[in-house]
Amino acid sequence: MSKVVEMKNITKVFPGTIANDHVNFDLEKGEIHVLLGENGAGKTTLMNILYGLYQPTSGDIFINGSKVNIKGPISAISLGIGMVHQHFMLVENFTVTENIVLGNEPSLLGGLKLDMNTATQKVRQVSDEFGLEVDPDAFIEDISVGLSQRVEILKALYKGAEVLILDEPTAVLTPQEIEELGAILRKLTDEGKSIVLITHKLKEVLSMSDRVTVIRRGKIVSTLNTQETNADELAELMVGREVELTSEKTDKKQGDVILSVENLVVKDHRKLDVVKGISFEVHAGEIFAIAGVDGNGQKQLVEALTGLTKVASGKVKVSGQDITGAKPRKVIEAGTGHIPEDRQKRGLILQSTLAENLILGYHYIKPFANRGIMNYKEIHKHGNTLIQEFDIRTPDENVKAGSLSGGNQQKVIIAREFYKDPQLLIASQPTRGLDVGAIEFVHRRLLEQRENNKAVLLVSLELEEVMNLADRIAVIYQGKIVGIMDAKDASERKLGIMMTGGSLEEEGVRNHEE
Amino acid sequence: MKNKLKFTWDVLKLPVIAVIVGFIVGAVCILIAGSNPATAYAALFRGSLGSIPSFGETLYKVTPILLTGLSAAIGFRCGLFNIGSEGQYVMASIVTVAGAWYLQGLPSFILVPLLLMLGILSGGVWGGIAGILKANMGINEVISTIMLNWIALYLSNYLVRTVLNPSTILGDISKGHTVIVPDAARLTKFKEFIPAFGYSSAHTGILIALAAAVGMWFLLFKTTLGYEIRGVGLNPQAAEYGGINNKKNTFLAMFISGGLAGLAGSVQILGLVYMVNQSTELPGYGFTGLSVALVGLSHPLGCIPAALLFGILDNGSRQMQLSGIPKEITKIISAVILVFVAGSLLMKYVPEYFEKRKMKRSGVDGGKQASAGAGKEGI
Repeated sequence: MSKVVEMKNITKVFPGTIANDHVNFDLEKGEIHVLLGENGAGKTTLMNILYGLYQPTSGDIFINGSKVNIKGPISAISLGIGMVHQHFMLVENFTVTENIVLGNEPSLLGGLKLDMNTATQKVRQVSDEFGLEVDPDAFIEDISVGLSQRVEILKALYKGAEVLILDEPTAVLTPQEIEELGAILRKLTDEGKSIVLITHKLKEVLSMSDRVTVIRRGKIVSTLNTQETNADELAELMVGREVELTSEKTDKKQGDVILSVENLVVKDHRKLDVVKGISFEVHAGEIFAIAGVDGNGQKQLVEALTGLTKVASGKVKVSGQDITGAKPRKVIEAGTGHIPEDRQKRGLILQSTLAENLILGYHYIKPFANRGIMNYKEIHKHGNTLIQEFDIRTPDENVKAGSLSGGNQQKVIIAREFYKDPQLLIASQPTRGLDVGAIEFVHRRLLEQRENNKAVLLVSLELEEVMNLADRIAVIYQGKIVGIMDAKDASERKLGIMMTGGSLEEEGVRNHEE
Repeated sequence: MKNKLKFTWDVLKLPVIAVIVGFIVGAVCILIAGSNPATAYAALFRGSLGSIPSFGETLYKVTPILLTGLSAAIGFRCGLFNIGSEGQYVMASIVTVAGAWYLQGLPSFILVPLLLMLGILSGGVWGGIAGILKANMGINEVISTIMLNWIALYLSNYLVRTVLNPSTILGDISKGHTVIVPDAARLTKFKEFIPAFGYSSAHTGILIALAAAVGMWFLLFKTTLGYEIRGVGLNPQAAEYGGINNKKNTFLAMFISGGLAGLAGSVQILGLVYMVNQSTELPGYGFTGLSVALVGLSHPLGCIPAALLFGILDNGSRQMQLSGIPKEITKIISAVILVFVAGSLLMKYVPEYFEKRKMKRSGVDGGKQASAGAGKEGI
């Protein structure tokens, strides 16, 4: 097999950090090559260099054996390199075709009129060739996330990409969509395309790739054939130490009801119902998970429970206390801890110090404040204690929260919420964007709450996480809970079907692949 | 210790460099106008700091703008742009005159504090109106305070012409100003107990302003209310999440901001002008206060040197004029300083923003730069 891309001795220095340190990477024709590493390991930097978004500080790039100088994305595209970013770059109210030809529109009459017919035809032709099944005339706002991603792939193929770089492509997909993506990528490589997949998810590495290159702190640790490795080995290579991939859970008997939600209805800013009559209970000593595709009402549900959004109707009780429609402070005082979905917007005041962030929510009570006067000596002491206890990586407590890495920011929030010793902990996507080491930390802490006979409500998009941690799993779809099951009875397939609105009874009858 | 010094310099270098550049640009303008910058600046500083009386003159110019500077600063800290200091100042002025006239029977040591409280209260109410509108209906405080400024001015003019006019109260001929504040209500002039202050009109109002600066520093950085106000200013969503009542704090910040502007009005009436004139335009102290707060980096203690700087420029310009240099030069200097402070704030935050975006794109761990921006009382 011939090498389509070779990157030799690539070094990229940013002020204060070396993102890539003498990296060697090669891609063979027709293979799927995973670039695996934790957040901040430098994998996206390396691919941004290949796509021309960054210039390497030193090192050479060879395409099909000849040395090239990639000045920008335009020259990358002309060399047959296409990239699909983590966040789609599509115009919502344009059609698929309009999006694809954007910037390179075919025209008639010397540029006076767009030649959409030719464009549509060509888009359809490329789509059929690779089995993408995209309708060229559909509007982006009407199609699913999985389809939008295919449009991005189609866009790259339309521009003549031979090498496709996909940055964290599975982050937004349901299990079924991930399967479909795998099939599409296989088809592409069969047609002779070569693919680089950037990911930090081990399962996908094993199911999708031919080879895997592990990168840690800017350096290549190892390049392996996928068939000759396993998840544990990869995790260890990635983190640099042994990692517990699955958490051990002890058997526990459910305790009293801590959180009870009855017929909860929440409206969004357009006055439409987004949570449509949800009821469930969470017991002491249990982790109750809500699984679902992003945007099915999880956010509004959590915000309504924590007092951040108005409740339209229904009832919420924490430890028997009615907190329906209560202000956040009352919810906190009822014994609720909350790890918010958006840690930077909700969870932290980025421009404030860690010490000040670590008291947010109980800043007005002793020992941190007395009759409205803050006790900064206590606040700094408290900050230092939590930094030690939760292993927050920072020079000291006077550092601004915004200058920490995502994992450490999450630790700050967890430290603060755990300090309250809450009867109920609501954790909304607590591991989003974190690397394996930090995820392990978060999971251990959540299980610790369960051990201590506290109730945990976990809202997550990651099925693995849900199945690994939860005692019971509810699936939310379009603002309704479509089913609650014991984690023992759950499988990714079952959850996946429910998450997309299918019901388990019909499973046998209907082909689930739509 | 060394770190602390470095941090202090990191914060201070913005305004310090801006001031230096301001004076350099001013010097260039003086050269173009055909004069010697050295003579001009010597006159500027002689006129404002050269003798005790001239320093006293500077002090009385500093007094109101320090207070309106504090007013703007606390607004900034809560994420509010209180342009209404003008109107709050006007309301407090007219209420102070009215109070001084109708309560003049009281002994001085009760009357003066009472009038200052009245000034704070009326400014606070005027600011609080904008605060309530913002908190409950989301009405932008810039718009509402601009409107309230003009309402205050014309209300004041109306009262000057009618119920507070000497013609109404004393039966004199109609005048363009209110009755005059009686002696018992006036603040003490420095020259009354330190004769060295000579002809200057410096009065104890500057002590009130300095006390207010220290008080605001304590409020912002040592109390729960200050913690909450800063939280709302920096990230209202996180504040809400932390159980902080955004509406209450928005109202309180506007009330305190208005109260400080009101105090400025009261102090100016009782210390210097003793009456309110009919006027077609706003007094302007509120706008200068915004500049003071910007140069003082919205820090109550930073407002003190900033207000002093603007006081020096204002007072020294007369002496400059006498030496044959147009006094508008000082306006140029303050404008350049402002542009540079605003600009350097941009220079500080814009690269940070791009850096962050870059890091996000490249996935480089931001934690390694952690130690750089440390400090417990952030901007």
